[in-house]
Amino acid sequence: MATSSKPWYGNWRDYVVYIGFVAIFIVFAILLHDRGFLSPNNLLNVLRQTAIIAIMAMAMSFVLSAGEIDLSVGAIAGLTSVVAGMVLMQYGLVFGIVAGLCLGLVVGAFNGALTAYLNIPSFLVTLGMMGIARGVGMWVSGTSPVPVIDDTFTYAFGSGNIGPIPVLVIWVVVLGTVAHLAIRKTPFGRKVMAAGGNPVAALYSGVNVRRVKFQVLMITGVAAAIAGMLYAGRLQSGRFQLGEGDELSVIAAVVLGGTSLFGGRGTVVGSIVGALLIGIINNGLILGGLEYSQQLIARGMLIILAVAIGRGR
Amino acid sequence: MTQPTQTPITAPRDVAAVKMTDIKKSYGGVHALKGVSLTIRPGTIHALIGENGAGKSTLLKILQGVVIPTEGSIEVFGEHLTAVSPENSRRLGIGMIFQDLSLIPTLTIAQNIFLNREPRRMSLLVDERREVEDAAKIIGELNLNVDPRTRVLELSPGQAQLTEIAKAISQKARVLILDEPTSALSAQEVDILFKMLRKLTADGTAIVYVSHRMTEIMTIADEITILRDGQNVTSGNIADFTLDTIVQNMVGKRVTGFEYKPHEIDRGTQPALKVRSLSGKHGKPNDVSFDLYRGEVLGIAGLMGAGRTELARVLFGVDAKADGTVELDGKVLEFRSPAEAIEAGIVLVPESRHDQGLVIEHTVGHNLSLPQLAQLASGPFLDRRRERDLSAELISRLRIKTPDADNKVRNLSGGNQQKIVIAKWLATDPSVVILDEPTAGVDIGSKAEIVELIRSIASGGKSVIVISSEPAELLATSDRILVLSNGRLAREISRSEIDAWATTEGDESQSSMIRVELGLQVAIQKASQNVH
Repeated sequence: MATSSKPWYGNWRDYVVYIGFVAIFIVFAILLHDRGFLSPNNLLNVLRQTAIIAIMAMAMSFVLSAGEIDLSVGAIAGLTSVVAGMVLMQYGLVFGIVAGLCLGLVVGAFNGALTAYLNIPSFLVTLGMMGIARGVGMWVSGTSPVPVIDDTFTYAFGSGNIGPIPVLVIWVVVLGTVAHLAIRKTPFGRKVMAAGGNPVAALYSGVNVRRVKFQVLMITGVAAAIAGMLYAGRLQSGRFQLGEGDELSVIAAVVLGGTSLFGGRGTVVGSIVGALLIGIINNGLILGGLEYSQQLIARGMLIILAVAIGRGR
Repeated sequence: MTQPTQTPITAPRDVAAVKMTDIKKSYGGVHALKGVSLTIRPGTIHALIGENGAGKSTLLKILQGVVIPTEGSIEVFGEHLTAVSPENSRRLGIGMIFQDLSLIPTLTIAQNIFLNREPRRMSLLVDERREVEDAAKIIGELNLNVDPRTRVLELSPGQAQLTEIAKAISQKARVLILDEPTSALSAQEVDILFKMLRKLTADGTAIVYVSHRMTEIMTIADEITILRDGQNVTSGNIADFTLDTIVQNMVGKRVTGFEYKPHEIDRGTQPALKVRSLSGKHGKPNDVSFDLYRGEVLGIAGLMGAGRTELARVLFGVDAKADGTVELDGKVLEFRSPAEAIEAGIVLVPESRHDQGLVIEHTVGHNLSLPQLAQLASGPFLDRRRERDLSAELISRLRIKTPDADNKVRNLSGGNQQKIVIAKWLATDPSVVILDEPTAGVDIGSKAEIVELIRSIASGGKSVIVISSEPAELLATSDRILVLSNGRLAREISRSEIDAWATTEGDESQSSMIRVELGLQVAIQKASQNVH
């Protein structure tokens, strides 16, 4: 039976995050004009602050689309900031970066192996890893910050600018483009969607579902490691506490952006905009003079509202 | 929830149990029902027939109170239904058995049967002992000999369906709607169900029976209503109808797709597929051997639990084999995953298109290209144009009814969804195509198309295996039929045997098609008795 054809612009609910972003931006621009919301300095700061969440969010899009979840990203970021910082101090720039990336790969592979090949739910595996990574970070650093003073590192990984554009923004744009192309235009991206949409049908169609789940958890592992190094570069020190609580912001950004928590449907661009949306909400609430407690409440309500509106997809 | 209030079933027999008059329902611009009337008399089994899209489900959903009609009136046992709602329908005694079961898989049989009306102790706590006892009694009457404390997800599909039936019957509905209640049942289970239905009608219950299985309808129903395109075509006593006239009325034109078409198969050369002593790890299949030739369609029959699907799963690499060999074109195959089977040239159209065959939320195009992603890539990216071309070609070749390739698969009818599953495999140019229940839950027009499709796949030089529990499907497509029982190969049936049934089985008043079907059913039953 044929259905009525849809208008070319599709379902408005798919664009909730974009509409919301524009709407809230305009609201804050009007209400907080005199508090400096629109000043270039403020906006660049928002970009810098949300960049790190955005990078983890683009990777998380893959994991959620595949029907899994990764709660350990924040902890991996903290651990990587410490480990990369320490290796950097002892063995120099190149080894520091390599160590950081390898750590992300190894932890991601561990998460992936337990989930994909031992059939332990990713929620539990990554929840456990969250504790392990945080604990190892604390232990290895002796709970004190690891100074990061290599100028090249801090320039490239967080604090630098190329002209007026913060390096962090360039990271987001480059990684975002790769992630977007991967999820939308490669066979891998399709396999991820199929594995999350119906793992049995995907398997019966020849997709190696286990390998896909293994790979997406490695992707978030590496992304979290990059996030950790960016934190270290920005703050010029590695601390085990970095990234604490980020996993929730990341997942909120991804879900706001249109990726389904149940798998089968996902977007990288939406996740990045979702992260930006949360970022300007945070910024607006601070400029608006709300106390931290009020910020928490307002942020929670806005997230519920956004997801409720977008629910009909 | 209280028990439905009931007028005593001693109400005069000329009061219709259900009288739906001139029901209209539109969804936006789509007219699902254009003025349909349905009268069901108490104590009768009334068959409601129509292709998918004819309006049966919509009509029944209205009777259940789930959909509100745009126009029209409904009377139940003389009582006019003022507001259409599930509560009102339940109150008036309307019960339903769903095609896609309404059971909660993680709860037990007893819990499911009494869901929302659990027997209470001290009006607060659930009386679990009574719940289990009463459930045991109910399922015992259907010959379902399973502990009522078993969780539904541990049951076989046949047992789950019987549980669903038990649940509906125990609600003592005055009007019972059954939608495809026998799709997972063995012939014996169907017999028991029919005895139960006769008992209910003797008590005055009215039964609405929806099914695509014509032979069952002709056996059990008293009256029949046929719908087509949202309108009444005809109604009357089943005795006044034959299989041919029913199908004609449903489809509106002569359907010839179900006759077997004899053709030449070269059995002199090497068989394309040689299976020897194949056994799976869980007892099914058990030491199965057969040959399959190019251009041949091999039917695999058997009762529930015979191991047909298990055989398919081993041949397709879903389950590991414990013993035996599989040779394709002389090459011995070892594979441990569907991906490897596909690479070797063996593909499977699985039993449940919804759960296993399609990613239901994705588009037609995405589903069609899924097995071919590597081949459709140029460099690291998917060549969207080649993908679109492929989709367009498959949609037109198989006459898939969809506005375009971007339509979500869940919007399509069952028959078209099934065509998509078959189409995606044809694009991979396989050697062996295995189809498990290819026309289950598919309207008769699409059934005919799929049967023709199966024939054309075989005549194109491929080898085809059709696993089915529907005799008509096997008879229309198969050049030979293997009967499995308890995991073993019980017997092989040749075409000449099948032809003989047209005169030896049944009686002269029945059409030759029904007699041949009866012959096959009997042969399957007999073969299944001897093998343990």
